[in-house]
Amino acid sequence: MEQFFQQLTNGLAVGSIYALIALGYTMVYGVLRLINFAHGDLFSLGAYLGLTLLTSFALQGRLGLALGLLVLAVMVMGLIAVVGVVLERAAYRPLRDSPRLSAVVSALGASIFLQNALMLVYGARYQVYPDILPQASIRLLGLDVPVMRIVVVLVAVVMMAGLYVFVQKTRTGTAMRAAAIDQDAASLMGIDVNRVVRLVFVIGPALGGGAGLLVGLYYGQVGFTMGWSYGMKAFTAAILGGIGNIPGAMVGGLLLGLVEAFGAAYLSLAWKDAFAFGVLILILIVRPSGLLGERVAEKI
Amino acid sequence: MAAPLLETRGLRVKYGNVEALHGIDLAVHAGEIVTLLGANGAGKSTTLRAISGLLRPSGGEIYFDGRPADGTPAHERVRLGIAQAPEGRRIFGTLTVQENLDLGAFTRTDRDGIAASQAWIHRLFPVLEARRAQLAGTLSGGEQQMLAIGRALMAKPRVLLLDEPSLGLAPLLVKSIFRTLRTINEEAGVTVVLVEQNARAALKLAHRAYVMEVGRIVLEGPAAELASDPKVQAAYLGGKARG
Repeated sequence: MEQFFQQLTNGLAVGSIYALIALGYTMVYGVLRLINFAHGDLFSLGAYLGLTLLTSFALQGRLGLALGLLVLAVMVMGLIAVVGVVLERAAYRPLRDSPRLSAVVSALGASIFLQNALMLVYGARYQVYPDILPQASIRLLGLDVPVMRIVVVLVAVVMMAGLYVFVQKTRTGTAMRAAAIDQDAASLMGIDVNRVVRLVFVIGPALGGGAGLLVGLYYGQVGFTMGWSYGMKAFTAAILGGIGNIPGAMVGGLLLGLVEAFGAAYLSLAWKDAFAFGVLILILIVRPSGLLGERVAEKI
Repeated sequence: MAAPLLETRGLRVKYGNVEALHGIDLAVHAGEIVTLLGANGAGKSTTLRAISGLLRPSGGEIYFDGRPADGTPAHERVRLGIAQAPEGRRIFGTLTVQENLDLGAFTRTDRDGIAASQAWIHRLFPVLEARRAQLAGTLSGGEQQMLAIGRALMAKPRVLLLDEPSLGLAPLLVKSIFRTLRTINEEAGVTVVLVEQNARAALKLAHRAYVMEVGRIVLEGPAAELASDPKVQAAYLGGKARG
């Protein structure tokens, strides 16, 4: 029973990270029908930038741990958002009216570019985050849960709830949903679709970069290829939930995290990735539109 | 006569290498209902899409209220006062009826004015009020058309472009929608440009008409005059016997 609850919290923590990254895939897909393959690398870039800022400014020393980390998170998310906007402008906007395959190739190119840039700047070896976080655990329902695990879940939930309210309740959020359904019709409402696209490339990468920082802090080390592994998992999560569907990405991420954690604990650690991608294959066979998705099939 | 509210001069549009419009001259005056008739592929929808800015013309000019509108992107043209209920309705099916109407007023910030527009639209189409919380995609075809028109009116446009509002609707419903269009024109003074296949209904409603054939305007004049033109009758009204 103890192991079950440990794996439950572990799965939720990993799943929240997948969910945060998955949102970037799903939002871009929702508006542009494009898989932004460079998204996973924006995530690693966030992890590395967090490391650089952490070691060079030591904000946690000057501002205290909580405030220091908050400022750090804002800086990382802001910088990655800027990179996201530049990426859209440079790699995707020029190909907006080209066949979809061109944009996909451009996305793969951007991914390789970012990954290699990270390798050149930071080196190919794993980098270690400074140990600034308390290793404490708290007792929750009779078992010891690491504080950071709870923090990861809470931070992710707050960001996702914020995004959900923004998309569902605000004028700009409604414009975003309209542009995702029908770009021409949205233009006829007076919505600047390019602005919506830009916004999507601010929010998605910011969340992805934030997830990168969380991973760095939580696991303590970062590598330049981790964008691929986390990216593919998050992409799976987005498909699992129904790509293009925001709540779907959240549900898909959490679910995938749990599948992985339980599969690794009870079946075989070595097959962890196989479970995750097994889920992807299964969902593509049984319900290609994903758990919450309905639009995809009719749209393409 | 005053300058036209909406005017195109020598408007040309290309799809790839194929020219779909070979120089269209339209002049629509404030307060008019003007209809564009013609067979499938004549270029009627293309003309409306170019006016709304969804297509970039390859030649010619578009003037709105005496000023060139060519450089204005589509979303800005709504602010100028050009709204369109597009072909196929294009309502946002997974959003509610209310959200669709709210999006129609996206360019506006005058809360009282928006509320007044909405009250007026609910009076024109009471079903939109009754079904406000329903997903728009679950409406019937006729209700979706009403929503598309209501949504366009929420922008408080000076000219309303309508692309085939009668498509796929039962004759009784078409009658009722066309009656409402007359009300919209007379009550609110909204200028209407109506693209229609249903020439008979359109000519009855409109003040003036243009007839298009493969990317050109071949006839124009007062609607009543065109309705009695033998050529129009033969081609679009099914001959005199049934008229």
